[in-house]
Amino acid sequence: MRERLASALCGHNADYLEAHLEESEVTQVRYENGGLEEVHRTRSCGGNIRALVSGGWGFVSFEHLDDLWSRAALAVEQARLASGEAVPLVTGEAAVDKLAERPERDAASLPLERKKQVLDEYNDIILGTARVQNARIDYHDARRTVVFANSEGSYIEQDRPDLTLRLTAVARENNEIQQAGLSLGSKGDFSAIEGLHQQARETAGLAAALLSAPEVRGGEYTVILDPVLAGVFAHEAFGHLSESDFVYQNRELQDIMTLGRTFGGRNLNIVDDATVPGLRGSYQYDDEGMRARRTYLIREGVLVGRLHSRETAARMGEKATGNARAVSCRFPPIVRMSNTFIENGTMSFEEMLSGVRKGLYVKNWYGGQTSLEMFTFSAGEAYMIRGGRLAELVRPVVLTGNVFTTLNNIDAIGGDLEMNQGGGCGKGGQSPLPVSNGSPHIRIRHCLIGGR
Amino acid sequence: MEQALAGQLLDSARKVSEQAEVFCLSSYETSVHFEANRLKGIMTSESADAALRVVREGKIGFSAASGLRSSLPSGPGTEDGLRRLTEMAVETSRFGKPARFQFPSPADYPEVAVFDRRVASLAAESMIELGSELVARVREHSPDIVCDVEVTKGTSSVRIVNSHGGEVDYDKSFFVIGLEGVVIRGTDMLFVGDSLDSCRLPDRTELVADKVIEQLKLAEGKATVSTRPLPVLFTPRGVATALLGSMALAFNGKMVLEGSSPLKGRLREQVFDSAFSLCDDATLDYCLGSSSCDDEGSPSRQLSLVRNGVIHAFLYDLQTAGLAGVQSTGSGRRAAGTGQIRPAPSSLVIPEGELPFEAMVGDMEEGLVVERLIGADQGNLLGGDFGGNVLLGYKVEHGEIVGRVKDTMVAGNIYQVLKQSIAVGSEARWVDGVIRCPCLWCPSLSVSAK
Repeated sequence: MRERLASALCGHNADYLEAHLEESEVTQVRYENGGLEEVHRTRSCGGNIRALVSGGWGFVSFEHLDDLWSRAALAVEQARLASGEAVPLVTGEAAVDKLAERPERDAASLPLERKKQVLDEYNDIILGTARVQNARIDYHDARRTVVFANSEGSYIEQDRPDLTLRLTAVARENNEIQQAGLSLGSKGDFSAIEGLHQQARETAGLAAALLSAPEVRGGEYTVILDPVLAGVFAHEAFGHLSESDFVYQNRELQDIMTLGRTFGGRNLNIVDDATVPGLRGSYQYDDEGMRARRTYLIREGVLVGRLHSRETAARMGEKATGNARAVSCRFPPIVRMSNTFIENGTMSFEEMLSGVRKGLYVKNWYGGQTSLEMFTFSAGEAYMIRGGRLAELVRPVVLTGNVFTTLNNIDAIGGDLEMNQGGGCGKGGQSPLPVSNGSPHIRIRHCLIGGR
Repeated sequence: MEQALAGQLLDSARKVSEQAEVFCLSSYETSVHFEANRLKGIMTSESADAALRVVREGKIGFSAASGLRSSLPSGPGTEDGLRRLTEMAVETSRFGKPARFQFPSPADYPEVAVFDRRVASLAAESMIELGSELVARVREHSPDIVCDVEVTKGTSSVRIVNSHGGEVDYDKSFFVIGLEGVVIRGTDMLFVGDSLDSCRLPDRTELVADKVIEQLKLAEGKATVSTRPLPVLFTPRGVATALLGSMALAFNGKMVLEGSSPLKGRLREQVFDSAFSLCDDATLDYCLGSSSCDDEGSPSRQLSLVRNGVIHAFLYDLQTAGLAGVQSTGSGRRAAGTGQIRPAPSSLVIPEGELPFEAMVGDMEEGLVVERLIGADQGNLLGGDFGGNVLLGYKVEHGEIVGRVKDTMVAGNIYQVLKQSIAVGSEARWVDGVIRCPCLWCPSLSVSAK
């Protein structure tokens, strides 16, 4: 295959060419209405070729691997149609590598019976909880091999195993419906989702308890975020703003995102790191064949870096960071996060609590969305804080804010960093991309909470 | 090619099952995108996917493959690949739910136009021209706006065959032109955007520019609101972002059956204000959600879900209908091309009312006009909650729009809000090709602001 790809990318009048091939096998299992509802298995294979000519990109995705040279020629032709002024591209070292990644307990090779057995147990626990009426379980595992080659002479084969599990408990009373969920994931290692019985029980109990919980009045509050939600905050509120494809052609945004600008207190450090072993967002080479790196986005409150593709790095005159990723070979790589987290501070949770007269303790995530400046994310679980103590459970809340003021309003950071491996990230129609995020407990002053 | 393949796969599956169905989808798509006001790239993609559903020992099995045309020796479209696909379906059937349906026999399908030759033959150069004109038109009004534009066209072919002799084919075309713009002043960002989505090449793509310019004009001033309940007027796009998620779930027959929908057991009950009606219509010509049949080969129809506030129908696919003891409403749709079948709307339509937008604004002493929200689908959608940060919205004072609001959230619940006496606008428009709706005015909604 290496020779075939090399010859397909050879002899074109283009600034840069790359090819991706991919084969995958996915198993999805879904529980609903009391039991296993659907099992679905999918096989896919295909590829793409991308070409750059004077700043214009051509991208052709296909299934048939014959006549790759003509596919490349079509991509070059499209790139020419889109070309304008020439732009530089960060060049990489030609890498030839084969990276096999076999999860310790490979979910993709386990029999369906075993998966069903584990999920059945969680299903039974959730349904056995008073007032809980439905359990929804979404499980997916994937075995995926991707091949990368480019006109610089790189040829890289990588395995990208993945696994996710989401447990949702739906409680109902009269016409009132509440739900609570738990999301987990791993790089295809099944043991990550074994032994969750206690957590499944707590999730179901929470859904039932929410039925009788009061709603919070909307307005400004001091909030303490647990590591899961604070991780989502790091991802939504700041991570997306660090993706240079939003910034590199936008002068106004560049002014805002000038390196050296202060965004938060000296206790605030935010990192994106694709090199942490074993995390869902980790990889060795990105989809442009660049080495994965650890990148400080904020150090001691100051903006010190951002995430790049080959193109955005070259255009902004900064170093490549290896953050160009594609969700599958039907899409071109774009700038994405990997594992994004807030580094540990020193304050204990009790200390953090004691400084809040009236506020909210928000845990767990439901979702998040950002428009660069504004972000929203929702907590799956929330408690009032009164007089420095945790008080009653309240209905889940939506938090929103302006990133430029909110980062400055983080006044306390704990020392209990945890990474959350559930969920996935969506951008530009490409979803869900495996990422992880994390944080210690953090406290934010003046956070806007939506409510009725 | 897919025709032969579908037959081959069906034959192989029939040998090991009581019932079988093959769904083939092939598509070819071209898109041109502009980034930061400049042409950035052109993409084409081709795909050929198949999904196989079997009923074996009374239970449902399911498998799917993409890359049917792959020439790899292990490719899903080879003889070996097809056998593997059958094996996977059989394997999953051991854990499947008991089937409560029979695949449809040959049926009469309504005539629904969803193919436009002009889309199929549109050249990339013309798409570039349409995109450039759009950017130029918006920048003429607002020179400092930064626009991303996407012009996409494509064709797809669907073929469904089953062991009951059911057989249906159709071709569809699609064309989408959309613009997302941002104006940045200091750290203040203003987001605007609109799109046209159809099976047909629209006569006037400049409508997108007109809408975006209208948004820019309305957002010129700045205004603030305080935290308290206010009357809120949702524009068609506002209605789509705030209500669509909850509505799609509430009328999903599966959610109703399992009791996750608050509408369970409330058929023929007055749940919403009598000014509110809602249809699902898969037979509208040239709408993206339309076709002569659903993804299981059940004929498409027009379905009234809410008539004058009274719940009239829910959406069913074959299996859910079987479980509920009703007929499929032709609403079986596959997630992500060849994914699992579930009940889902085609095109939702909220019929027009009587009041023009200007009159509704004119009637508000103080209120909010909501055009776009972010985070609207993060709440308890099943319970009907909606809300979020107002990405684009305007303050009304003494019957006039005075400027845009920021750092403002709205929150409500469709079962409470649409029960109040609402007002429905007289002009409906399509939003993202999935819903056609007018403005909706709600007398009181919770608003939180900084």
